[in-house]
Amino acid sequence: MVTGAASLAPGLVPGPTAATPATETMVRATLGRVHDPEIPTVSIVDLGLVHAVAVTPDRIRVELLPTFVACPALEVIRSTVTDALAGFGRPVEVAFTFLVPWTTERLTPAGRDGLRAAGIAPPAEPADVRCPYCASARVAMDSAFGPTLCRSLFYCRECRQPFEAFKPI
Amino acid sequence: MDFSGAGDGRERALGLLLLSMADDEFVIGFSDSEWTGIGPILEEDVAISSLAQDELGHAQALYGLFVDVVADGRDADAVAYDRPPEGYFHARLLDHSRGDWAQTIARRWIYETADAARLAALAASSHAPLRELVAKLRREERYHLMHVDTWLDRLAESGGEPRRRLVAALAELGPDAGTVLAPLPGETALVRHGILAESWAAIESRWRAETSTKLIRLGLDALPATRDPGAARTRHSDAFRLLHADFTMVRRSEVGATW
Repeated sequence: MVTGAASLAPGLVPGPTAATPATETMVRATLGRVHDPEIPTVSIVDLGLVHAVAVTPDRIRVELLPTFVACPALEVIRSTVTDALAGFGRPVEVAFTFLVPWTTERLTPAGRDGLRAAGIAPPAEPADVRCPYCASARVAMDSAFGPTLCRSLFYCRECRQPFEAFKPI
Repeated sequence: MDFSGAGDGRERALGLLLLSMADDEFVIGFSDSEWTGIGPILEEDVAISSLAQDELGHAQALYGLFVDVVADGRDADAVAYDRPPEGYFHARLLDHSRGDWAQTIARRWIYETADAARLAALAASSHAPLRELVAKLRREERYHLMHVDTWLDRLAESGGEPRRRLVAALAELGPDAGTVLAPLPGETALVRHGILAESWAAIESRWRAETSTKLIRLGLDALPATRDPGAARTRHSDAFRLLHADFTMVRRSEVGATW
């Protein structure tokens, strides 16, 4: 899949400025508006990518968990996070860590809704996957391997729509 | 092996382990990526490309751990791309070319099952960065195993030409199958420091029991003993030298460039 530039949801909340207090809460709120570059309806917070945020007087450090080790969107996410936090007026360090494995349990309820809104079934064992369009259980997996590492291909026999499902991992 | 920066026995043994694993994933990932665009069916084209991408990502992460341990000033890209063919430390199994689809499946099945046995022996490793990465890798490799197991069954049970080709591939690869788990120098240090749970011989024997059960159930021969196990990861083939020329081509075209 083509990886577009990750973007802040436009026009919702103004980005931080040097006057915005750099607290962990404010940093996390800003990260909540950084969207996954391949799933524009889900923020990196709702996707469960944010492992740790540390704010010190001389820098902001964010630790993220890759969904898949080879995910090619990581560098885009890194630069988007760096840009999004630039307004706090101190150096930003973004690191990826495997300290705990990212698993699909890390998705928040809002993240699961966001996946459905993008036409992607939230992760479930194949027997429990539901069509993101009509919620039917009459679905079949076409292939475990879809257009990105984290997605499988399904077909809905009810509404006759092919769709993607996030792989349970 | 050039290990000028390595310190005590633990670091050297750990470095060799990480490099062997990274090279395995890198070589099979690059080799399998040759199917992109020419897979036997579209679905498999996507699947093998996805698998190859996974392996390259795993290699990148493992090279990252390697440079942290060896700390000789090279970065992960330099280790991946700047060695001559003789400097690579992958298992001889991966010196075979991808061949036809049956050979690719046979090679993947042998490699994935052996790699799973290796990762299981590292799941409780005392080297925390490796233990953490292995936890992540095992979640992804589950999909690789499901994929290749399904294909092995399909080729073996279909009879006719698919089965003939699979049998031929297993016969060609068989003597090198055990090279993935052949003992590495520094095994004693790895086990003593709790990096590896048990000896390579113990890991290999468990893997052989599991693979034999599966192969015999499919009416195929168990994998034979390893040919020349002392040179399991050295003396590479012409097929690998060609692959190496291919995967270093862009890097060599503009030395020192930032991509």
